[in-house]
Amino acid sequence: MGDLVTMDDLTNDEILSVLGDANRLLPVAKGTLHLPLLEGKVLANMFFENSTRTRMSFEAAMKRLGGSVLNFSSVGTSVAKGETLFDTMQMIDGYADIAAIRHPRQGAAQYSADSVEIPILNAGDGAGNHPTQTMLDLFTINNSHGSLDGLNVILVGDLRYGRTVHSLSHALVRFGASLTMVSPTSLRMPKEIVSDLRSHGAEVNEAESLQDQIPDADVIYMTRIQKERFPDEDEYAKVAGIYKLRASDLSGVKKAMIVMHPLPRVDEIDPSLDSTDHAKYFEQAFNGVPTRMALLCRSLGVEVPKKVS
Amino acid sequence: MSEMRRVTAIRNGTVVDHIPSGRAMQVIRLLRIDTDRSTPVSLVMNVPSDKIGRKDVLKIEDRELSHKELDRLALIAPSASIAIIRNHAVAEKMMVELADDLVNIARCSFSNCITINDREPLPQRMRVVNRDPLEIRCYYCGRGQDIEELIEKIL
Ligand SMILES: [Zn+2]
Repeated sequence: MGDLVTMDDLTNDEILSVLGDANRLLPVAKGTLHLPLLEGKVLANMFFENSTRTRMSFEAAMKRLGGSVLNFSSVGTSVAKGETLFDTMQMIDGYADIAAIRHPRQGAAQYSADSVEIPILNAGDGAGNHPTQTMLDLFTINNSHGSLDGLNVILVGDLRYGRTVHSLSHALVRFGASLTMVSPTSLRMPKEIVSDLRSHGAEVNEAESLQDQIPDADVIYMTRIQKERFPDEDEYAKVAGIYKLRASDLSGVKKAMIVMHPLPRVDEIDPSLDSTDHAKYFEQAFNGVPTRMALLCRSLGVEVPKKVS
Repeated sequence: MSEMRRVTAIRNGTVVDHIPSGRAMQVIRLLRIDTDRSTPVSLVMNVPSDKIGRKDVLKIEDRELSHKELDRLALIAPSASIAIIRNHAVAEKMMVELADDLVNIARCSFSNCITINDREPLPQRMRVVNRDPLEIRCYYCGRGQDIEELIEKIL
């Protein structure tokens, strides 16, 4: 029960139960209610590569629940001198009650979970999994639409390398979503993933134009096209900025449609959209806190009260 | 079993039958028979077989394969049958069997897998997620393995 390495570690019922816990913890996440459920507990933030947003979100979640945080960074430490992941994790096993791990190598979270006694939360391993991101995405969708069932979700941008959209697609399919993948040809979602999603009974469509998809969408999930994915400037220039969403594009949309983005954005979403009711990306980023609070409680075996007040 | 007589009968040792045609050399490498020159080995290749079309057969004298070797053999020749010969008679018959969890059998071929650092002390682990067609994934990084590549990385 303790570790969270991939989304496969959670059943659909467990996902919904964690989302329910996260929802009840919202006032605690916002700091309007004091609820020290994790007082005396220590979280080790084991970041073997930088990700300030994710690290701070974990830290805020732990501290809002009265726990404390040890921050580890591999820069200039024994890791730089060639220490194995196994050895580094042995050290933390004695200092902390739970660890969140971010690592450039794929499989590092499972490896850590097998190396130590304390529960491990995967905060991103290479191009592999990032389940707490998927959970906060699901939380955002669930809170806006009241359910995860049968939504029409449009995924836009870099669908080839973006692990966020891979993991989210798998999770949404478990709840019967229809997916439309909008990307340039060079950044299409890998074939294996698409066929995997279809084999789970999902309706998956692929398209190159975003505009056609907007009217039927319940969720538009934008992603950044990263320059470092391209071998040369010309290739990047061909696709950079091809998907841009402005407030003026949203005239014919469903009232409850939401626009999401894992942030940071470049120019995929025009600031004119920020003040509309459809913009959920800042709330989405904040939702990392209540979601991670709920996941910390789950992994530490601490029950979130049914009535939080 | 007439094709078994294509090579001389052995007094003591192991007969590995029903190796998929063309894979006998991989079995020889796996069992390190190619570097260990102390035992006589007979090899027949491309023999017609009712069971698997064409097959290779290997006879190794004065050596009985261990269970550990059989676990590795299962990757190369999942339908192989093994006969241990003692004093010209079949003393034991065994089928190779590919376990669901392959511990320290082969190394993950993905260059960004955590297990790439060979100083990491935990065992190499693979999971058999499908048997026909054979589909194996690294337990840690989850990458699907190319079976031919995996055979080259048997430990
Ligand atoms: Zn691997």
